[in-house]
Amino acid sequence: MQSTLARPIPQAAEQATPARPASVTRLRVRPPARLSPGRRGAGLAARLLPPVVVGLLALAAWELATSGPGATLPPPSAVWRDSAELILHPFYVYGTQDVGLGWRVLTSLERVAYGFGLAAMAGVLIGAVIGQSVWMMRGLDPFFQVLRTVPPLAWLPISLAAFMDNRPAAIFVIFITAIWPILINTAAGVRNIPADYRNVARVLRLGQVEFFFRIMVPAAAPYIFSGLRIGIGLSWLAIVAAEMLTGGVGIGFFIWDAWNSSRLTDIIVALVYIGLVGLMLDRLVGLAGRLVTRGTGGA
Amino acid sequence: MGYLRISRVGKTFESGSRRTEVLRDVDLTIDRGEFVSIIGHSGCGKSTLLNLIAGLTEATKGGIVLEGREVNAPGPDRAVVFQNHSLLPWLTVYGNVRLAVDKVFRGRKSRAERHEWTLHNLDLVQMRHAADKRPGEISGGMRQRVGIARALAMEPKVLLLDEPFGALDALTRAHLQDAVMEIHARLRNTMIMITHDVDEAVLLADRIVMMTNGPAATIGEVLTVPLPRPRDRIVAAGDPACLRARQAVLRFLHERHRLVAAAE
Repeated sequence: MQSTLARPIPQAAEQATPARPASVTRLRVRPPARLSPGRRGAGLAARLLPPVVVGLLALAAWELATSGPGATLPPPSAVWRDSAELILHPFYVYGTQDVGLGWRVLTSLERVAYGFGLAAMAGVLIGAVIGQSVWMMRGLDPFFQVLRTVPPLAWLPISLAAFMDNRPAAIFVIFITAIWPILINTAAGVRNIPADYRNVARVLRLGQVEFFFRIMVPAAAPYIFSGLRIGIGLSWLAIVAAEMLTGGVGIGFFIWDAWNSSRLTDIIVALVYIGLVGLMLDRLVGLAGRLVTRGTGGA
Repeated sequence: MGYLRISRVGKTFESGSRRTEVLRDVDLTIDRGEFVSIIGHSGCGKSTLLNLIAGLTEATKGGIVLEGREVNAPGPDRAVVFQNHSLLPWLTVYGNVRLAVDKVFRGRKSRAERHEWTLHNLDLVQMRHAADKRPGEISGGMRQRVGIARALAMEPKVLLLDEPFGALDALTRAHLQDAVMEIHARLRNTMIMITHDVDEAVLLADRIVMMTNGPAATIGEVLTVPLPRPRDRIVAAGDPACLRARQAVLRFLHERHRLVAAAE
């Protein structure tokens, strides 16, 4: 940039007889900017600083709002004073019912894994079948649209009555909550498979099973994964609600239990846990989706 | 009695109470190893005709017989190179061709032989170097090459090309036309190519089938191109026989069967 290019355009007379023949100018070699550690650190700080500042401001506001007399909720300083144990030691075990929040979260996650896993399998399979058939779609879609609006907890009594046991009942509630977005999205994805891919499959004479695995699932994968992502979010919403009522070791029951024994600070810590785990689940499914559908967006 | 026989084929699409007759009384016989171009204005049903030969659509009237057997379903013996390449974007270039090879030659070739055959076909279109790329990472011309490799890999009796170069720029198109001519010379396979490019039709085809305008389109004229092979586009450009053929097609398309503006 500091070389010949920056010179003013020569006049016409000058141009006819160049002062000197063209020459190669060596440009200074510069290291690629992306690799320099200083710049990287600055970029990271620019990303981290705003949320840290907002977080501190929120804590300060919270402290101010709840530290006066007559406040109904505990300030953050009280949360730290009364519940530091829960924050610092997520995996303590003092007894079968007295365990750290980490264990409780894992117990809840196990239930989610069963319920969500079943919902994913059933949702993709049923969705694929329904997406293939216009008549099935017309017949079933109205019912799906109604069922999907039923809140998770509304299923619980029916589920308890059917299974007569807390554990399968909670898993069923997750299943029935998570399956609708997965099913509906898969059906939409299958319906939107380009006619060209179907023609390729027909020319190759792919069988039903081959078509399902080699064309349908990869072609509909972006839709399926956005369904799975909504589904995992709903599962996590449902498990907390379901555990409040069914009891056991899960994080949902912990909140209910803390409420009954007036440990408000414990509830606040549990809320933060639930939020973080929910975020992690969402990102995990998002990441899996990006890995699986890589390349599909192109072309 | 002809390798591929299309006898009195008609096609009418029905949607609700609306009936559209696209093709009527199409009669054509194609010999083994022949290169036939089908040309016509857009909407004349040339793609429908190709889909009928491919078996992707069913004829309303008449029938198509390939090597003594009636065509009534799609199959790898009539491989199609689709207009928009139709590669599966989640598979690599190799994976796209391999899928076809695995499907057609399972049981007949060993795993190693199928691998070799896949690479061989990529070589035919000079795409071996991009075997591990995905369709999204290569250019439009390259994608179309892979589409041709996938079709060739099925060892079809008839290769059907549906305006394969329509979306490409003129230089890339010329390149691929040369590649197709070379493959045709080497493998001597029967090819049917839909096109709307007069030069392309004249350069590549042994015979040019000219379609009248729809609705109820049919074959208006069939022209034999008396150019010896191998053909060279530069020589052909000045060849009087070639010029006459070109003029005949242009006359057909723009004088006698001009596209009425309302049809477009």
